[in-house]
Amino acid sequence: MSSLSEALWVLLLGSLLGLELIGKVPPTLHTPLMSGANAISGITLLASLTLIAQANGNQALLLLGALSLGFALYNVVGGFLVTDRMLAMFSRKSKSKSNSNANPGGS
Amino acid sequence: MDLSQMDLMEVFPYAIDLVAVLLLALGIKGLSKVSSARSANGLAALALGLAVVGLLVQLQPGSTAWLWIAAGTALGGLAGLITAQRVPMTAMPETVALFNGCGGMASLLVALGVALFQSSEPNLVSRISIVISVFVGAITFSGSIVAMAKLQGWLDTPGWTQSSLRHAVNLALAGLCLVGAIGLPIEPSGWALWLLLAASTLLGIGVTLPIGGADMPVVISLLNSYSGVAAAAAGFVVGSQLLIVAGAMVGAAGLILTQVMCTAMNRSLVSVLFGGALGATGGGGSGASSDAGYTRITSCSAEECAIALEQAERVVFVPGYGLAVAQAQHSLRELSKLLEAHGVEVSYAIHPVAGRMPGHMNVLLAEADVPYEQLLEMDIINPEFPRADVVIVLGANDVVNPDAKTDPTSPLYGMPVLEVDQARQVFVVKRSLGAGYAGIANALFELPQTAMVFGDAKAVLNGLLTELRGMGVGKTPVGSTAKGKT
Repeated sequence: MSSLSEALWVLLLGSLLGLELIGKVPPTLHTPLMSGANAISGITLLASLTLIAQANGNQALLLLGALSLGFALYNVVGGFLVTDRMLAMFSRKSKSKSNSNANPGGS
Repeated sequence: MDLSQMDLMEVFPYAIDLVAVLLLALGIKGLSKVSSARSANGLAALALGLAVVGLLVQLQPGSTAWLWIAAGTALGGLAGLITAQRVPMTAMPETVALFNGCGGMASLLVALGVALFQSSEPNLVSRISIVISVFVGAITFSGSIVAMAKLQGWLDTPGWTQSSLRHAVNLALAGLCLVGAIGLPIEPSGWALWLLLAASTLLGIGVTLPIGGADMPVVISLLNSYSGVAAAAAGFVVGSQLLIVAGAMVGAAGLILTQVMCTAMNRSLVSVLFGGALGATGGGGSGASSDAGYTRITSCSAEECAIALEQAERVVFVPGYGLAVAQAQHSLRELSKLLEAHGVEVSYAIHPVAGRMPGHMNVLLAEADVPYEQLLEMDIINPEFPRADVVIVLGANDVVNPDAKTDPTSPLYGMPVLEVDQARQVFVVKRSLGAGYAGIANALFELPQTAMVFGDAKAVLNGLLTELRGMGVGKTPVGSTAKGKT
């Protein structure tokens, strides 16, 4: 049970950290922040990978794992790229078009 | 030598996880400041990449597993890439909802996989985690898809969802979820799993469907928070601490963001979730489509509006959702360029919740190359309105309703609004006299200085452009243009 209490501590501290991270957000950034946080929540792909790696050749598990990996990755890749697209517009404008080639930085 | 390598292999995943958590936290924090937002987004992406590499090193998947991983990666990655590039800026809220739903679906599928096919008998903790994962994952998925469909206009708000019947339906569904949740840990792959899955999916639909347009961003933000919770629950299912931390962080941060949005709209989270669409529940008289309430409406043509613009020195545009729907941001930019060439001082008043998502208008206008400095937030532009000669309201409604300041009986009372009524002359470009999201009449439309220009925002703006060019505006250099030549 020590691993459970450890996990619960991690949950608690993670939640507290999340509550503290965002204090004042300018309204301009609400949409990109939501979109970025949304991309991060696609981290559930780690669970998908674990499921696939520990499937022991079970076809159904592999299929479910791969499907779930696809959904999660759609969330991650799409989310980060879209956020970058939005933010690229802001930075280009505020730097008066000095860096015109907007390069998506997502993975 | 063997021993030291063992140690390294054991320490490595922890080190990677710690770095990943740190980067994620910095990423979320950086995303809340304009100057650091873009690099923070990259940082968060890097953190996720690191976490994946760390996990793969730790798991050492076999060749079959690699094949499936490659398949899933190709599928999701490619689809994400294409969606992200193709989707228009106007459709951002829907897109975020769609991505979010897929995140929920991923957590749900993992839980289903573990519950149905895992060979080893799951212990009580992972059984409970499966319950949470299925419940939250299914609600996130179905709720997000409904939200997306409603924002896209594929789904209306059915009448029955505005009656108290929906509370009974949702309560019944919640009861079924509870039954499934209690039954599932006893036998993870039995009937309880399917009951929980079906009831949670329907509950997600039942809760989201009654919610009206203006409240949608809040709902998406809340669902976003749920998908964090779903990820954390999936972390418990597969025993990944990194997943638990990251999920909890996103869940908590999403909750704060939801609260911030509610505050900006002067709504409480409870009334967003259970109050139904605004106006539909308020005093029956102010129905969503009635224009009978208006008695002193002045309407005018694009030509009259163009004349006023031509003579103005300071013009303020107030963009709203109508601008986004009409995709009129480029026409607007063209018009303001023309006016600027004519020596007119142009600015844009951005209400915190203009459009369908906070920050929606900033993104939209940035896309049309509007200089960032011309976008003025409410606190800055409000004292400036008395100095404005002409204000043009483009498809915004509730955010310019003066009743919010003056009429304590108005449902909007107390919501911060743009004080457009202080300007000398106001033109409201609107397709009809239909009410805004709040479903209430707008006192601004009846003020003596207000004139309505009926039509689609893009069509009206293009009409204004034609009229102004017809008057010779913009053809002559600024200095030699005689103001007020009419």
